[in-house]
Amino acid sequence: MSSPHQQKTSIRLEACGKTFGDGTLALEPMTLDIKGGETIVFLGPSGCGKTTTLRIIAGLESPDAGGRIFFDDQEVTNLPIELRNVGMVFQSYALFPNMSVEQNIAYGLKIRKLPREEINSRVEEMLDMMHIEELRHRTVDQLSGGQRQRVALARAIAVCPKVLLLDEPLTALDALLRERLRIDIDRLLRGLGITTVYVTHDQAEAMSLGDRIVVMDKGRAAQVGTPREIYFHPKETFVADFIGTMNRISGVAADGQFTTTGGSMSWQSDQNGSVDLMFRPENAELTDNQSNAFTGTVATSFFLGDRTRIIIEGIGDEKITIETGNRVELVQGDEISIAIDPESLVSL
Amino acid sequence: MLPVRLPGRRLLLQDSGWYKMKHSYRFYLQLGFTLLVCAFLIVPVIMSVMAGITENYFRGITSGMTLRWVVEVWDLYADTIFLSILISIACLICTIVLGVPAAYVLSKRQGRVARMIEELLTLPIAIPGLAIALALIITFGGFRDFRSSWLFILVGHVLYTLPFMMRSVLAVMSSADFKSLEEGAASLGAGFWRRFFDIVIPNCRSGIVAGALMVVTLSMGEFNITWMLHTPESKTLPVGLADSYASMRLEIGSAYTIVFLLMIIPLLIGLQRYGQPRSIISKPVEENIITNTGKS
Repeated sequence: MSSPHQQKTSIRLEACGKTFGDGTLALEPMTLDIKGGETIVFLGPSGCGKTTTLRIIAGLESPDAGGRIFFDDQEVTNLPIELRNVGMVFQSYALFPNMSVEQNIAYGLKIRKLPREEINSRVEEMLDMMHIEELRHRTVDQLSGGQRQRVALARAIAVCPKVLLLDEPLTALDALLRERLRIDIDRLLRGLGITTVYVTHDQAEAMSLGDRIVVMDKGRAAQVGTPREIYFHPKETFVADFIGTMNRISGVAADGQFTTTGGSMSWQSDQNGSVDLMFRPENAELTDNQSNAFTGTVATSFFLGDRTRIIIEGIGDEKITIETGNRVELVQGDEISIAIDPESLVSL
Repeated sequence: MLPVRLPGRRLLLQDSGWYKMKHSYRFYLQLGFTLLVCAFLIVPVIMSVMAGITENYFRGITSGMTLRWVVEVWDLYADTIFLSILISIACLICTIVLGVPAAYVLSKRQGRVARMIEELLTLPIAIPGLAIALALIITFGGFRDFRSSWLFILVGHVLYTLPFMMRSVLAVMSSADFKSLEEGAASLGAGFWRRFFDIVIPNCRSGIVAGALMVVTLSMGEFNITWMLHTPESKTLPVGLADSYASMRLEIGSAYTIVFLLMIIPLLIGLQRYGQPRSIISKPVEENIITNTGKS
């Protein structure tokens, strides 16, 4: 690349909150450090404040009084978006319909008044990188959704931004294409090493792309951590439920044993009395053993090809979902026993 | 027609001579009615046009056809035609220069005042032209030179047509996609003026074209305001038309109508064709996943 992102910009949000004109609190004051070169994903349901946070970083919204934003050591709180040198990909792509693919990619470079040869070579480079050379003369309405996506990325990256901001870039695409572009984007971001803020409501996207994930709920960061931390050690129920499937069993803990309807297992903990434990579907397996296991009846089972998903009743109060790679054929009402990996149990 | 499986029903459909007949009877009734309405609207226009090219209207078409009246209209009223063209073009320029930025500001503002102004934009359609003209005369009548110049009429026309331009442009600008276009340009480093001229103006062209056709057509045919505001030196085509109907031979008035139609009909056709502001974001073309896979 002609102008590599040698300096990796870090971002610091300091007590950035946002209250909209009508008084609704979109974002509680949030303090967050984003390391240079890191890909951070804001994940949450719609209306959780993730896009607002992104727009504050971009400079499209200003934080409430008291909030400050830094790119490295430079405060950018009062800098409008056009002076922040960010690259942004919008959910609707926001490609300019009055320009060709080439002109779209070149636009930011023209604004920067680069010499023509430099613009041309940079545009070539981007077309090549995104595999869209043959689209260069097309207008936006002649492009498919996936192609628009690539052009939008190329346009954002072309200007060598300090920070790359992606607002649900894959949401408008169908599932198959989304999967493929996710791989492309991942490779691209690793290759560029540019600080990236990615907003999505899709947990699979968040898990696969993010170095760290900020799970957001109702305008607040519920948990910040690596995908593994978030998945294995959720700090609150919302996070546990939002990422993947989480089973919940309530029972009683006493003397290194956890007991609930359907059985008991050994569980070392200083907690005594009634507890809520959680575990993931893949952390339980079918067993013939009656001890140290729970027994329930099959409510439903789905054959998914590589694995079978079984919904079980009668263990704890709620239904439990497990997944097994074993070749089992179960019908409703079958009695089965499961053993849960004690390491995987989470208690909040 | 859905395939019908019920035996009884099928019988009914197969045996549908009466049914078919009823259909065509209805069809012709509708066609006849449509044609009747068309004739009701178009025949007077044709009659008027015919009158304009007939030697003597009272003796009918047998007296021969001529373009003499059209030539005479040109001799007598050429200046009104030119003034009408001048005013409509000047009016268009004014509405674009005033209306596009005004629409832009309105589309940006979220407040109640902005919404109120948007509502008020429909007012000039509701207020009689004569009232607008009267208000103008009361306000500016004292400025003698201004009062007697064509610019006075222009002011009236701009007042009357500006809302049409603004509404048309506003329709395009207030879409959410349009806002993200501008944000996209800003993210690439474009300051306000660059964004305005590179992105905003080119992408609301459909709205401007639709508004422009509307403005020119309205200005060209405007009578109420113009009639109140005109002086013997500043007479537009429609005012001249009224004048010729009142004081000339019927054939001249009709020939005048022909001239007017020749000017206005192309505009109306254009209005039909380009008049609907289109959405700026087109639907993506069909995804071709197989080709894409080969590329990545």
